[in-house]
Parts: sequence; structure tokens; C-alpha cells
Amino acid sequence: MGTTASQLRKDLLSEYQELTFLTKQEIILAHKRFSELLSKEDRNIPTPRVPMEKVLSLPELKSNPFRKRICHVFSTSDMKDGSLTFEDFLDLLSAFSDSATLEIKSHYAFRIFDFDDDGTLDGGDLEKLVNCLTGETDDTRLTTEEMRQLISNILEESDIDKDGTVNLSEFQHVISRSPDFVRSVQM
Amino acid sequence: AKEKERKKERDRKRRRNVARRASSARKQGNELEDRPGREERRGRKKRDKEGKGKGGEDERQEEVKNDTVAKTQKNFSNENTRKLEQKEVEVVGEEDGDTEEKRKNGRSEKGGKKEDNGRGETVEKKQKKKRVETSEEHESSEEEEDEEEKVGEEKPEVLSPEELEKLKEEVDERKKLISTLRGKPWPMRKKLLTLRESHEFVEKYEGALGKGKSRKLYAYKVMMLKKWMKFQRDFENFKTACVPWEMKIKEIESHFGSSVASYFIFLRWMYGINMILFGLTFGLVMVPEALMGRPYGSMPRKTVPRADEANAMDFAVLWDFGGYAQYSVLFYGYYNSQRAIGWLKFRMPLSYFLVGVGTVAYSYMVVIRTMARNANEDGGGDNNSFNFSWKMFTSWDYLIGNPETADNKFASITTSFKEAILEEQESRKDDNIHLTRFLRVLANFLVLCCLAGSGYLIYFVVRRSQKFALEGLESHSWWERNEVNMVMSLLGMFCPMLFDVISALENYHPRIALQWQLGRIFALFLGNLYTFIIALMDEINLKREEEEVLKLNMTIWEASLYNGTLGANSTAPPITVHPADIPRGPCWETMVGQEFVRLIVSDTMTTYITLLIGDFLRAVLVRFLNYCWCWDLEAGFPSYSEFDVSGNVLGLIFNQGMIWMGAFYAPCLPALNVLRLHVSMYLQCWAVMCCNVPQERVFKASGSNNFYMAMLLVILFLSTLPAIYTIVTIPPSFDCGPFSGKSRMFDVIQETLESDFPAWFGKVFSYASNPGLVLPFLLLMVLAIYYLQSTSKSYKQANLELKKKLQTQNEENKKKTKMAALKAAMDLEEAQKARSEAPRQQRKNNASQQSYTGEKNTVTGHLVSSFVFVYPPAPRGHRIPGPLPGNQWQPAPSVQRVPNSQRH
Repeated sequence: MGTTASQLRKDLLSEYQELTFLTKQEIILAHKRFSELLSKEDRNIPTPRVPMEKVLSLPELKSNPFRKRICHVFSTSDMKDGSLTFEDFLDLLSAFSDSATLEIKSHYAFRIFDFDDDGTLDGGDLEKLVNCLTGETDDTRLTTEEMRQLISNILEESDIDKDGTVNLSEFQHVISRSPDFVRSVQM
Repeated sequence: AKEKERKKERDRKRRRNVARRASSARKQGNELEDRPGREERRGRKKRDKEGKGKGGEDERQEEVKNDTVAKTQKNFSNENTRKLEQKEVEVVGEEDGDTEEKRKNGRSEKGGKKEDNGRGETVEKKQKKKRVETSEEHESSEEEEDEEEKVGEEKPEVLSPEELEKLKEEVDERKKLISTLRGKPWPMRKKLLTLRESHEFVEKYEGALGKGKSRKLYAYKVMMLKKWMKFQRDFENFKTACVPWEMKIKEIESHFGSSVASYFIFLRWMYGINMILFGLTFGLVMVPEALMGRPYGSMPRKTVPRADEANAMDFAVLWDFGGYAQYSVLFYGYYNSQRAIGWLKFRMPLSYFLVGVGTVAYSYMVVIRTMARNANEDGGGDNNSFNFSWKMFTSWDYLIGNPETADNKFASITTSFKEAILEEQESRKDDNIHLTRFLRVLANFLVLCCLAGSGYLIYFVVRRSQKFALEGLESHSWWERNEVNMVMSLLGMFCPMLFDVISALENYHPRIALQWQLGRIFALFLGNLYTFIIALMDEINLKREEEEVLKLNMTIWEASLYNGTLGANSTAPPITVHPADIPRGPCWETMVGQEFVRLIVSDTMTTYITLLIGDFLRAVLVRFLNYCWCWDLEAGFPSYSEFDVSGNVLGLIFNQGMIWMGAFYAPCLPALNVLRLHVSMYLQCWAVMCCNVPQERVFKASGSNNFYMAMLLVILFLSTLPAIYTIVTIPPSFDCGPFSGKSRMFDVIQETLESDFPAWFGKVFSYASNPGLVLPFLLLMVLAIYYLQSTSKSYKQANLELKKKLQTQNEENKKKTKMAALKAAMDLEEAQKARSEAPRQQRKNNASQQSYTGEKNTVTGHLVSSFVFVYPPAPRGHRIPGPLPGNQWQPAPSVQRVPNSQRH
């Protein structure tokens, strides 16, 4: 990319390096990918935003069932349309990079799973989560009875204070015991 | 001149303006700081100044100081506002809307400040224009500014020790913040702002902390620290850039999920280990011998015997690692037993021995360290208590980018959910237990039969090949010569398929079935390997007998040589016989090395060929015959092959086991293995991408990582056993290898101790190796292991206890809140009743007015108390100190608490 838009300032680059879990090459690569997503007229705006549809077309996100949630969580847009600036994009990549800490991964994972953004995972959130995980087709979908059973099992396990919802600290507690969480939330 | 004066004046004004700005900013920000205290200090300082008459200080310096101080002040105030903001943010929590608002507030504040500045500048311009008519207002403002400037001047000397301390603390805090900033789940803009501000703050104040010389030193230190940080970061970047095949593996990961990628990561890890082993043997054994040892042809062990010379260069012979290959640095027999070689006085035999030991020791270290790290990552503690939650929260593999894989993953997640539910439901009742049990026993019996059969086959083949070898290889066909390797490879290929069929009988859960399958293949390979070794041992014994006979013949031969020439003249110089003609022993070590090298080569060949035929050819056929076939080949019977992760990992592990076993007798083995791994990395990457389809059941790899590692450790142990056994018990050949002429190989240590070290060292060593010392030491280690084990167990117990305690406490708390809510509701009812009754009462009895007001008071009291019980921070689970991970982020509690407690 020869355009000036794809050039990152050096000091900014080093700041990004300090703030994310990415290496220099990765940031440059990310910037390249990001500017490829931008449309021509957007490049001249100082902080361009990529609409969600374009972000979702990335191969990394294309087949992820949580792709819309991911965009919404990382977007800082005021319109809640899930569009991403480059900085949001870097945040996303940093959280999903393999050197990110468990804490930050679990925090974002929680927010991704928290479909109604109310700060806890309740029955509705869990149901949506299961539906995301089992796919859209009917033959893989669980029956209501199975769903009920599954959700009650999950709440029984991880709802430590028994208030009917899973909050962030309970979530992190459960996740921190899991052998492969850090590996699974990676891109 | 006037112009100059004007300029000066302007400069001064600007400076003042800066000071004013700073002070105004401080006013805005420093709400929290103890203002009276500062005022007092200012006063004190003023007095001080007056007393000491410091006014005669150099004006220029003052001005400079002034400037910097103003800046720092501004910074300080900035920092304070920011801190305030941050505090508030922390109090409120991570509610996004809130923080955003805050940020906006901050921005608007800043905007306001900027406006201020702008106004100031315009004022300045006005001043410039209407210089002559200085209004009273201006004068007054200037006075104000002057005063503030004074404040600014005095600031640097104001720093009292405790303030300095405070500042230092703050700087440290800032630094900590900078280093942990990337771990904060904030949006990037906020992180950027924080970073910049803290950087500025640290920069400004770090200089102010030191004084005089120490300041310089401090600045230098800070600079160096920064440089060091940058270097570290660059080094980190460099390191990640150096990791080979990263992009390749990432690409595979995105197509096939993490389990296939884990195989390649394992392969890369193996490659790294083998690189180091190769470096050891190559740098410390092969190169020194090739450069400094006696050259080829100088002695019998380094020369091809006369009988083989004719076809020593034939490709068939070289492919079998005979001929010139056998008499080269690649094998044990070539090495000379000379104690020190070359001008470096390199201790060749010692080096050979130590490299052999070091190879094994290094491998143990690496494997065990990796295992421990994996175990640490596993977390420990209660393992299976979050079965469902883990399935739910961690089952999606975020690396999957291929829609086909994603579909498979959906299916596998659904089945795993269903299975888990079914298991949960039917954990008690087990209907057909007798049948399953019978089938499982039958399956195991069948597998045992297979194993025994394959073991016998290998033993039989090895025995036959020995017979052939005794008769001479030339009279037999290619198959008869390569029977052993071929049979072993074929068994390794077909037995796993057989096991797969048998395991269908057992009806295990797929994960357990996979582990059984792996265990069986492991047993098969191990059995084969050990039969091979036992057969090899037989051969070693045969060779040694041969050697004994030859030794006798040797003396006769020498005697005849001498007798033949002695007759001519008695003072003849030592007879020169070409080294190729001297009879020599069979050298069993080289034979063992050769066997292993051949095994590795044939194993590699089979792997590659099966890859090409089984995967590539099949894919090509399916792809192109599909156009003219009666059923759908791609979806139907042959279809494309899947990548067999477990089989490949096992192959790799066994290959490594053979390397460890044979590396002592064939120093070229690690080099060969590095080559093999390198090729298979590229070949398999290509094969996976072009002719495999994603697995139907997408397993996550990491859970079984330590399973593979444990296998590797077992293999390592089992493969070092025979090697060590041969080293310790069998005397080395008399005329080949670095240990020739010694009764045991490890005598080389003794020899070195005696001749290269001072006498006392040998003594100490002999004392230290005394069984009286070694045994207690071993005992101590065993006891230490036992102690550590029991402490870890008790920790686990304590962990469980704490968890239980937490739960009961929570329940109690909830009960309390429930009770309180009930009581409050009752009180409310009572109060309402009382209120409704009150007017009647009043009408009835005016005299009881006093008591009524009293009652009302109590009612309101109850009301208040009920709200106190409902609203307040009813302690939630994570607030209580316990094993839960702490976190800063909590959802605004009060809002959600109310419905919760009302629900009960």
C-alpha cells in the first residue's frame, strides 16, 4: 500500500506496541488489513470507521458464531452499529492474540457472551449462547427440554452465589480453571 | 532597540500567561489538595526568602526555572484532574456509558481551558496594540499574574521531603500503570490518553525528583531504562519473527482448527529439540574427529576392509549405510581411542561419552519442564466440577475460519452437549452393562492377540535375518535383506486400522476411545521396538563370540606375520601392512548404529510413501474420477482422507524414541532426524492443505497435550534403558570406537579423573560416589517428594474447604436478607394498618395523641431500616476473601439487587 493512509506514525506505532499484546509486524499487518477494508472516500477522514458488515467479511470472523457480538463489544461507536475504528480493531486483535492474559480474555469473552449488555449472564444470555454454539440449522439445535436441562446444569455449576445469574467474577473463576480457555479464545 | 524591548516584553507576558494558565488549571484540578496547607507553606517560604535574602539570585536562571515550573505545574494539575476522573471511574465501575460521559466531560473541560488560552492570547494581542493606554483593569490583572508568578517561582523549593516521597510514589504508580496498561480492558483511546499523560508526567517529574548530581544520574538511568525497554521490545519482536513456520501453522489452524495445528506445533517443538541434539553431537563429536582426528586410511578402524573395497562406493551399499558410510564419522566404530587429539588436546573419548549422557539428560529436562508447564497451565484444583460450563464457554475454537470446519464444529458441539446431558441423566441407570462389559473384554483380548502376534512375527523375522546375515547377504533377494524393516513398517501401518475396527465393539465415548486407541498403538509400537532390541541383543552376543574367536586368530595371524619375515633379517623395522588388510573384529556398536539408521530411513520412507499414496493419490483419484463415476465419490465411500493427528503424533514420538536409543552408537542420527523433520514439515503442510478434509469430530488439542508428553516421557525412559544397559554391562569392542581397550565404556570418567584432575578431586569424587553417601541422599530425595506431595494434597483440601465455606456463607447472607425483607414487609403492613386505624383512634381518643406520634416515628424507623436492608451492598460472593480471582469491574450492584431480593 503506497498511500499515506497506510503509513503508521512511528511514535504511534510504539505506543500501540506498548498498549497491546501485538508485535510490531502484527500491528503493521493489522493496519494493512484495516486499510484494505476501508473504502476510498473513507481514507481521508482522520479516524475512519469500518462498518460491521465489512469487518464480518474477514476470513477470521467469517464463520464465527459470535462475530456480531465481537464487533459490538469492541466498537466505540456512538451509534451502536458495531463499526470499528483502527484502534478498536487493534483492541480486538490484542484481546485475541495468543499472548494476551487470561484476565483480559475472560473479560472480553464475558462481554461477548453477555448478549443483553446488563453485566450478568442470565438464562436468556445462556440460551442465546447455546444457540450460537449449536448453529442455525434445525438438526443441530437442542430441544427446549434439553436446553432447560443444560442451562440449569450450568447455573448449578458456575453460579456460586446462587442468584440465578453468572456474574463476571464467577465467570472468571470458572474460566480460570479451564485447561484450554486461553487457547480457545485466540485468533 | 525598541523592537527588541517589545519582544522581551512579549516574551515575559507569554511566560506570565503560561503561569496563569497553570495556576488556573491547578485551581480547577486541585480541589482535593489541601489548599490551606499550601498557602501556609507559601507564606513560610516567603518569610524564608525574605530572611535569607535570596532575591539576588540570577534572574535568567529564575526565569528558566519559572518556565519549567509552570509547565510541570500544568502537568501536575492535569494529572490531578485525570486522577480524579480515574477514581470516579473506578468507583462507578466499567459502565461504558459512564466512562464515556466522563471522558467527554474531561474533553470539554480541556476545550474550556483551550478557550481560556485563546482568550488570553487575544488579550495579549490587544495589549500589544493598545500599549500606550494601559487600563486599570489590565494593571490589576497583571498584578494578579505577578502574584501567581511568584507562587510559581516558589513551587520548586516547596517540595518537602514527605511531598517528595509522595511524588516518588506517584511516579512509581504511574510507571506501574504504564506497564500494566495493556492488560486493562479499556478502549484504545482511553488507554492512549492515559499512556501519554502518564508518560509526560513521569518524564517531567522524574527529573524534578533528583537534585544536582543525582538528578543527572537519575536522568541517565531513566534514559538507559527506556533504551533497555525498547531493546527488549525489539528483541521480543525479533524473537517472534524468528519462530519458523509460524504463518504456515496459522494458516492450517484457520482451516482445520487447533487440533491439527497442535500436531505441527509439536513437530516444530521436536525439531527444536533435535536441532540442539544435533548441535551437540555435531559440534562436540563429529567435527572434532573429522578435523583433528587421524585421517581416513591411517588405521584399520578407519579403512574399508580389502574384501569390501570393490563395491564400497556402490549406491546400494551406501544406501544400506555400508561401505564408505560405515567407515566414517557417522558411526561409532570410526572414532579413535586416543585420549587427546589435535593441537587443542581435545579429549575425544570423554567428549563422546559426555555428549551421549548430555543428550539423554537434556531430553529428560526439556520433556519434564514442558510437562510441568502444561500442568501449571491446567490450573489444578477441582478439575471436573465445571464440566458443563467449560463446554459452554470454551468449546468454540476461535481459530476456525473455514465454513466447513465451522459446520463440523457446530455439529460436534451439539453432540457433546447432548452427550453430556444424556450422561447426566443416565449416570445411575446402566441397562446393558453385561453385554458392554463382555464386548470390552473381548475387544481387549483380540487386541492382546494382535500384539502378541506382531511381536512374534518380528522376533521370527529378526531371527531369520540373522541366519541370512551369517550366510552372507549377497545370496538373498532384496526382500529378504530388508525384511525386518519392512515388516515393522507394515505392522505399524495395518495394526492401528485393525485396532480401529476392534474398538468399534467397545462403544466408548469418543474421547476415551481415542485414548484407548492411542494406548494400544503405543503398546504395539513399544512391543515391536522391544522385540527388535531383544533380537539385537542376541546379535550382539553372537558378534561378541565372533570377536573372541577373532582375537585368538589375530594373535596367530600376527605371529605368522612375524615368523614369515623374521627369517629374512632380525632387525627389520616394524612390518608395514596396509590397514585394509589387517583382520578386524565385527564391532557390534557400529552394527547397532547401522540397524537404527536403517530403521529410521525405512520408517521415513514409509511415512512419505503412505502420505503420497494414501492422501495425495486418493485425493487426485476422488477429485477427477468423480466426473465419470456412478456414485458421488467425494461424499460417498472413498472421499478425501482426514488428517490423523493421533497417529502422526505417535509416529513422531516413536521416531524420537529410536533416535534417543541409537544416537549413542550412530552420531549421525540427530542430523538425519533434523532432515526428516524438516522435510516432513513442508511435505505434511502441503499434503494437509491440498488433500485432506477437516475432521468430522473436531477435537480440541490442548487437553491431551500432556497425554502426548507423558507418552514421550515413557518412550524416553524406555529407550534410554537399553542404551544405558549396553553401555554399562557390555564391554566395548577391542579394536573400534573411542572406548576400545577399556573393559567398560564409563571407565573413561575414571581415567580422566586420574590423569586430568588433581589427586584430591579424585578422592572427593570417590567418597561422594560411596554407597554410604549416595543411599541416604536418595532416601532424602524420596522423602522430599513425599513431603511435597502431601503438602500439595493438603492445599487442595484447603481449597475445597474454602469453597464450601464460601457457599455456606453466601447462603446465610441470603437468608438474612430474606428475613430482613420479610420483616420489613410485615412492618410496612403494620404501619399501613396503623395509619388506617389512626384517624379512627384519633377521633375516638384525643388523649392518646402522644403515643400516636411515637408510633409513627417507629413506623418510619422500620421503613428506613427495611430500605437499608434491601438496598445496601448485600455482600456478594466475590467480595468475601476467598480463592476467587479478584476483579475491579463490578456491575452497578444496587440496581440489580432490588429485584433479586424481592424475588424471594
